[in-house]
Amino acid sequence: MKRPSLLGAAWLVLKKDWQIEWRTRARLTAIIFFSLATLLLFSFAMGPDIVTLRAHAPGYLWLGLLFASVLSLGESFRVEAENQALTGLVLTPVEPRAIFIGKVLGNASLLFVLSLVLLPVAVALYDVDLGRDPLSLVLVLFLGCVGISAPGTVYSAISANARARDVMLPLLLFPVLVPLLLAAVSATKFTLQPDPQEQLGSWLKLLTAFDLIYLSVGFLLFPKVAEED
Amino acid sequence: MTPILPLVVLALVVAAMLGHVAVPAVRPWAWKAVGALGAVMLVSLWYFGLYWAPPEQFMSDVGRILYVHVPHVWMALLAFTLNVGCAVAYLMKKSWVTDALAESAAEVGVYFGAVGVMMGSIWARPTWGVWWDWDPRLISTTVMLLAYVGYLALRSFTEDPERRATWSAAAAILSYVSLPIVWFSVRWWNSLHQVQSNPSTVDKPMVAVLRWGAVTMLCFLFVFIVKRYEIARSRQTAAMELPPLEAPRAEVA
Amino acid sequence: MATVALALEALDISKRFGARWALSRLSFTLEAGRSLLLTGHNGSGKTTLLRLIATASFPTAGVLKVMGLHSQNEREALRPLVGLVSHASFHYEDLSAAQNLTLTAKFLGLEQPASVVTGLLDRMGLLARADSPVRQFSAGMRKRLAIARLLMRAPKVALLDEPFGELDPAGIAQMEGLIQELQGQGTSVVLATHLVEQGQRLTQERLHLEGGRKVAPT
Repeated sequence: MKRPSLLGAAWLVLKKDWQIEWRTRARLTAIIFFSLATLLLFSFAMGPDIVTLRAHAPGYLWLGLLFASVLSLGESFRVEAENQALTGLVLTPVEPRAIFIGKVLGNASLLFVLSLVLLPVAVALYDVDLGRDPLSLVLVLFLGCVGISAPGTVYSAISANARARDVMLPLLLFPVLVPLLLAAVSATKFTLQPDPQEQLGSWLKLLTAFDLIYLSVGFLLFPKVAEED
Repeated sequence: MTPILPLVVLALVVAAMLGHVAVPAVRPWAWKAVGALGAVMLVSLWYFGLYWAPPEQFMSDVGRILYVHVPHVWMALLAFTLNVGCAVAYLMKKSWVTDALAESAAEVGVYFGAVGVMMGSIWARPTWGVWWDWDPRLISTTVMLLAYVGYLALRSFTEDPERRATWSAAAAILSYVSLPIVWFSVRWWNSLHQVQSNPSTVDKPMVAVLRWGAVTMLCFLFVFIVKRYEIARSRQTAAMELPPLEAPRAEVA
Repeated sequence: MATVALALEALDISKRFGARWALSRLSFTLEAGRSLLLTGHNGSGKTTLLRLIATASFPTAGVLKVMGLHSQNEREALRPLVGLVSHASFHYEDLSAAQNLTLTAKFLGLEQPASVVTGLLDRMGLLARADSPVRQFSAGMRKRLAIARLLMRAPKVALLDEPFGELDPAGIAQMEGLIQELQGQGTSVVLATHLVEQGQRLTQERLHLEGGRKVAPT
């Protein structure tokens, strides 16, 4: 009997989440359509001036992702709270840290896929230019999604078991994501528009720093939150 | 008054605070002494701030609100730092003392922070013409304030004491870690957009009054946290007693 | 591994939820290899005690030792040795029975997980529905799936919380057979059930709880 390593166990958790997502793809579809609707609402609220829309498109995109993340993070842990499945994992035994890594990657990958799906929508609604620096854009999307998921995974583990859980998650998560939002929107802007002062690199570094800090802190805190101690 | 005098009083207050923590015998009256001192300092602050200090060069009399605004924000940051210290301590070694202190520090911090931000807004309106601004300090403080309101909400929505302590400790750490990140990202964003930073007061009399205000608020911070801590502890002890060794005899119907 | 004398050792344990004490000042022991019948009304603390032994939860006060290991401080070493079948089934509703069991098998590091899973599903009569999501299972089927998981883990201490609850007479007979089989392997079984006579046939000792305290059974 050879138990999997930390990363091996994390991979099993990640695969399990993907399996569940695939089996309940109706939920994923619902989240996608929710995000589409959000982006549409932004364009209606801001008015038809295409120049303004194009300039603020990064903001709309990330706000849309942020709202969708509340839904997807909530779902991710509702699945674990049903039948106390998370406790079952911990008792198997599976190391809580492996669960954290697996769930962060699962949540981040889901948001990342969502962000890619939203790109053509952004082109249609806001007339953004995806061809300018597509690789950097994809990198920004990925780093931003990881940044939302790292603290989001810890907070959704907490709020899944708390009262008023639907309100608790955004209330706790949004203040902490302010710098991520700022960095992600700025970085996205410089992949879609000219970057004369070459700021993109600095914003990417800030995003990476945010991700690393919250992954480390979350890695340390998640075991305390996953187990009743 | 000179800039040195407030520092002397500060030393006294810090000594009283250390005495309160280290020497149980002084606890009944240490907070009263500091509270009385704070009241006296507050009254004299009104004099110093409103009459004695000269009007600031750019902001004239409106700038006087800074003597209370800035100390309030400093006290909020101090309280939040105490809270996160308790959070880390609690996760390393569970203790109800630590949890009660964390709860009090967070509540008092939110009070000082909210008042401080409102005062800042009042100052900003005549000075810049707007109620709000992209200043790193303002954004950081507001984010911290929101995060800690969330912290207090989480505590009030969690009934089980052990869970409440653990979860809020985790939330506190995640929130506090954002402070330097928010600070740097906003400052950076501003430097890229060439936003003006706030002028600072450097005249000696102003520094003296500012320090006086800070020590005044520190007195109140200490008193508020001590009293709030006592409330938290008494709430805890009511629920913490182990049940008796033998079951109480039930009344027979 | 050195043999331990006591499967369970509870030293003045208490457990609180919010303002309510679910267990109060409980002390008892169970020798290794022997089985315990746990009785008491709903809300008397049976499920709480089982969760403490399974290390899903920890005592607010007092010390609990399972197989000689401290339940809180040595939980990593303890968890492979204890198995719990309870009201919460620990399953993922959207995955199939086979997928749920395969997940456990892979976390346990079993060789040839597929054949182990198929064997267990067959034994518990779930092979025909192996690929249906658990969400579609009846209560009895879920219980059988939980038992399959327990058997896969082969613990030294097996905790069964109302295992006869959703089963038909054939299922009950099968469950009794499984319990005896576990006991034959040296496993200590802690059986919480309302069916007292049935339980007494299967166990050697009894612990009766009322209001979270040990009392003499009436």
